[in-house]
Amino acid sequence: MEGFIALYIFMLAAFTGYEIISKVPVILHTPLMSGSNFVHGIVLVGAMVVMGNAETGIQTFVGFIAVILAAGNAVGGYVVTERMLEMFKSSRGKK
Amino acid sequence: MNIIVDGSYFIAAILFILGLKQMSSPVTARRGIIWAGVGMVLATIITYLHQDIHHNYFWMTLAIAIGGTIAWITGKKVAMTDMPQMIALYNGMGGGAAAAIAAVVLIQNDSSHGVTHQALAVLGALIGAISFSGSMIAFAKLQGIMWKVYRFKNQQWINLAVFLTTIMIGLHLSFSGADYSMGLLVFFFVLALAFGIMMTIPIGGADMPVVISLYNAFTGLAVGFEGYVLANPAMMIAGIVVGSAGTLLTQLMAKAMNRPITNVLFSNFGEGGTGDAEAVTGSMKEIEASDVAVMMAFAEKVIIIPGYGMAVAQAQHKVWEMTKLLQERGVTVKFAIHPVAGRMPGHMNVLLAEAGVPYDIIYDLDEINEEFATADVSLVIGANDVVNPAARTDTNSPIYGMPILNADYAKNTIVIKRGKGTGFSGIENQLFFADNTRMLYGDGAVATNELISGIKEL
Repeated sequence: MEGFIALYIFMLAAFTGYEIISKVPVILHTPLMSGSNFVHGIVLVGAMVVMGNAETGIQTFVGFIAVILAAGNAVGGYVVTERMLEMFKSSRGKK
Repeated sequence: MNIIVDGSYFIAAILFILGLKQMSSPVTARRGIIWAGVGMVLATIITYLHQDIHHNYFWMTLAIAIGGTIAWITGKKVAMTDMPQMIALYNGMGGGAAAAIAAVVLIQNDSSHGVTHQALAVLGALIGAISFSGSMIAFAKLQGIMWKVYRFKNQQWINLAVFLTTIMIGLHLSFSGADYSMGLLVFFFVLALAFGIMMTIPIGGADMPVVISLYNAFTGLAVGFEGYVLANPAMMIAGIVVGSAGTLLTQLMAKAMNRPITNVLFSNFGEGGTGDAEAVTGSMKEIEASDVAVMMAFAEKVIIIPGYGMAVAQAQHKVWEMTKLLQERGVTVKFAIHPVAGRMPGHMNVLLAEAGVPYDIIYDLDEINEEFATADVSLVIGANDVVNPAARTDTNSPIYGMPILNADYAKNTIVIKRGKGTGFSGIENQLFFADNTRMLYGDGAVATNELISGIKEL
């Protein structure tokens, strides 16, 4: 990928992340940390590409580990975030 | 084919950003995680069509099944109180995955991509590996597998030496073209992992939330850099968004504790003071649950300060039950939440929400600190450092300068505590020895239960 285009993507993404967080009430800090933890579970996609592109046994093995870890990140991140936010919903319903 | 893959990644990236945006408001938060989840599923399925994937489809699917199932079961089973360490665990897995991706890329050792490619692969490997091993240590500490805070002489110099060595090797890997051996590569990863461990073991107590948040940002950055290496815009965008959001969140937390992030990492909690802390005077005075029940039932205003002790005892439901009883008697009950109470910012809010406590009686430090002077009773349930008056007065105390809840300004302070020992940070608390403080010893849930029956008997 062209170096400068990558730089633009990095810069804009960084601003986006900053902007999203800057107006968050304290009450949502933990769920949001958990939610952003889920979002970087997209590493799964990269792990799959690397594994599908592996040339040797050792590369396949490391790729296999990468996919397991990444899947754990994505699924685990989703489950705990969802569970936390579900409680917020119920507490609002009672109010 | 290519257009389908790239288009799906683009949609996934948009869903991630919109999802995170919605997660920043309680009203839309739940929809936010679902949107992000849809993006993730879409991106994962479409990746099977990716032009760079030639084989290993079976093993890939098996690996997703293994990792996904383990995470699903553990994530569903874990108690709400244990959420922080689970976030640390899953975050560490993501960091490990980024480092493993980098490892494969570096093993392939294809120098045709140029220096930027190689350097970002190395950088992602370094950050990812640190995030992996560091998060695992954070997990072990919060899970109670590893309680000890390990410190030794010249620790920071040794850490610095390890770090600089890792950087030197990293530079060599980045700029030497294809000219490095497998042995050196392995050594690089071993050092990076070791640094993550060494960086985390001396950190303890109240600093752990900040550290987890920092590693969350680290993993984001590592994923973003590996996204560049793999020419995958979805990873780049999602990774860097999390990296920057996580960095800001880390700063907010550190600010709430009035401790610069460098202090959290490099000056160990408990060693911040220059001399001995002021000697604590007075003695701890015990009180019976029935007396506390009377005191609260005839009070006008009670402020409850929950801490990690409430989380450990799973006392939040009992606390809410007690609160409702007091409200029926016309007592004004408010909850005061310190930004770093528990093991993560918002940890207490999550627990109270679980028990069904409505938002409008839960207050942040800034909103409620003035009100302690007008409160009849401040009830501290399993909190310690966040109510330690030494933070206001004792310049030698390691927590000096941290904003605290002014529990001691209330007419009476009741502290529910399991034993006489110091808290997670190991600092004596002057509040427990104050004249208007009474100690109610016992597990948070048991003690609250006694209070409930006490109030009912009146």
